[in-house]
Amino acid sequence: MTTLTTAAPVSMSRPFYGWTLHDGLVVARRNLIQTVRVPELLFFSLVQPVIFVLLFAYVFGGAIPIPGDGAADAYRQYLMPGIFGQTVAFAAASSTVGLAEDMHKGLIDRFRSLPMSPPAVLIGRTFADAARQVLVLVVLTITGYVVGWRIDNGLLNAIWAYGLLLLFAYTVAWIGSWVGLYMPNPETANTAGLIWLFPLTFLSNAFVPINSLPGWLQTFAAWNPISALVLACRELFGNPTGIQPDYWPLQHAEAYTLISCTVLIVIFATLSVRRYRRTTSR
Amino acid sequence: MTDNAVVAEGLVKHFGDVHALDGIDLTVARGQVVGLLGPNGAGKTTTVRILSTLLQPTAGRAEVAGFDVVRQPDQVRRAIGLTGQYAAVDEYLTGRENLRMFGDLYHLSPRYVKERSAELLEWFELTEAADRPAKTYSGGMRRRLDLAASLVAQPSILFLDEPTTGLDPRSRLGLWGVISNLVEQGTTVLLTTQYLEEADQLAQDIVVIDHGAVIAHGTAEQLKDQIGGDRLEVSVADPARVGDAIAALGGIGGGAVAEESRISMPVSGGSTVLVDAVRALDAQGIEVTDLLLRRPTLDDVFLALTGHAAEDDTPAPATGRGRRKDGAA
Ligand SMILES: Nc1ncnc2c1ncn2[C@@H]1O[C@H](COP(=O)(O)OP(=O)(O)OP(=O)(O)O)[C@@H](O)[C@H]1O
Ligand SMILES: [Mg+2]
Repeated sequence: MTTLTTAAPVSMSRPFYGWTLHDGLVVARRNLIQTVRVPELLFFSLVQPVIFVLLFAYVFGGAIPIPGDGAADAYRQYLMPGIFGQTVAFAAASSTVGLAEDMHKGLIDRFRSLPMSPPAVLIGRTFADAARQVLVLVVLTITGYVVGWRIDNGLLNAIWAYGLLLLFAYTVAWIGSWVGLYMPNPETANTAGLIWLFPLTFLSNAFVPINSLPGWLQTFAAWNPISALVLACRELFGNPTGIQPDYWPLQHAEAYTLISCTVLIVIFATLSVRRYRRTTSR
Repeated sequence: MTDNAVVAEGLVKHFGDVHALDGIDLTVARGQVVGLLGPNGAGKTTTVRILSTLLQPTAGRAEVAGFDVVRQPDQVRRAIGLTGQYAAVDEYLTGRENLRMFGDLYHLSPRYVKERSAELLEWFELTEAADRPAKTYSGGMRRRLDLAASLVAQPSILFLDEPTTGLDPRSRLGLWGVISNLVEQGTTVLLTTQYLEEADQLAQDIVVIDHGAVIAHGTAEQLKDQIGGDRLEVSVADPARVGDAIAALGGIGGGAVAEESRISMPVSGGSTVLVDAVRALDAQGIEVTDLLLRRPTLDDVFLALTGHAAEDDTPAPATGRGRRKDGAA
């Protein structure tokens, strides 16, 4: 056996954007390579929302009236932003499961033994999970167009709507990361770790007009950040919005989306990084 | 800076009411290989995790490369390489991509990382598989990639947690070669193992722990001396006569243990023992198929120290993997 001969290690100079971002990008690249190597994962994460679009558009489409809009295909127009919102919310799932897997395989232990920036593993994870949603949104948009959905309020507004959706994806990815760091194994992460996503997405205006919900559910749904996100998207895409009950988040949908995302990112990034610094695989 | 790469004093770690470590003292001199030996649940992994900054000790202190593991974790991390008990590589990345990722995270220059990766892949006989996802690797290949990953930055101190568990004998020998080679180049190694042979082969200094406490410490030779002289081993042709044989050997020494037709007993007195044994057995007409005098192995040491064999998975009475406060042990 030969001996190693490489000269002493040479360090790279600090990039202008700092080590945390550098390390975050290295981890994000790794997570995105994984997406390319396991296309099944991406494929199946696309199948569900596409089926939702078809199901709601053709099966329930006529059954749900949209207050304030009598057009025959009003529900289809109303539905698409809801599906967008629900789909990006599930970006959290890949963060939760991905981190639980990394912990389980001992990769988190290894990362933690490196002289790298501690938040970077989580920054890379959340960034990659949000970035994947770009492709998901493209596929959904195409599906929407096939079933007759239309963007009806100019390109700039539409781009801003997609921007809000990605911001929201990034936000839930942080929540998902925090949940993932508490999961004992990937199997639990895949089930128990995702439970909170169902009330979050269904107790909202994503699929039904908010004033069709009874009392306290209406209050919850009105303050649910996903409702403001979906409403903001409906407004920006020029789709029917229904009639909003009198809640601040629904009167200021864009502002509330920006505020709630910022607050949630700050809270969950702090909690996640703190948890990450003391977690070990068993 | 001191001459010690690793110093641990009174390390205690409790997980709830499980006392994983009960006050471990440990020193590893620069350039030395120390073997941390102990059965399942002894606290080997916990010790390594504290020394590599992954866990905070409940009490006690430790310095690695002259830095405190609790107060200066970044400096410690820059000096160490860690290979955990289970191979920790990204399955979806290729071997080469894995090494590149870890090199980037060590903030090494891309050119250096490229050269170093190629060299490590070659050294660990992974060049052919270098561009395949690690998912397709065998357990031994993963283990080698795992070790390669911890060597990208040429750490001066290496922690290896059961590096050869699950490897076939050939891979194990290969890995021993790699470790010896690193040591020749000046790397300090703390390795844990359940294999006494491994500690014997690689480590100059052996620390035996059980239930989170050091129960013996020394070179392999010192540990063997500690349990006294040589061992006489006799195999008799007829298993039914084992009892007779033990009785016949009674004049030579006590404490014989028998397993099927094989008898093993501690003796003193050098090679005349062999002659005495042959005479005693012959006088009783017991036919012998094998007779030898050997130095004790670390297995004998372990058995003598802990009351159970090293690879024996059965935990100490009624304690499960951990030892509890209520002192069931
Ligand atoms: N995170 C944890 N939570 C609770 N108990 C733990 C934890 N980690 C380790 N332990 C307990 O601490 C004790 C020592 O464990 P450790 O993993 O250090 O043993 P080990 O010597 O490495 O064993 P093995 O040979 O099985 O790897 C065991 O009883 C184990 O169950
Ligand atoms: Mg262990």
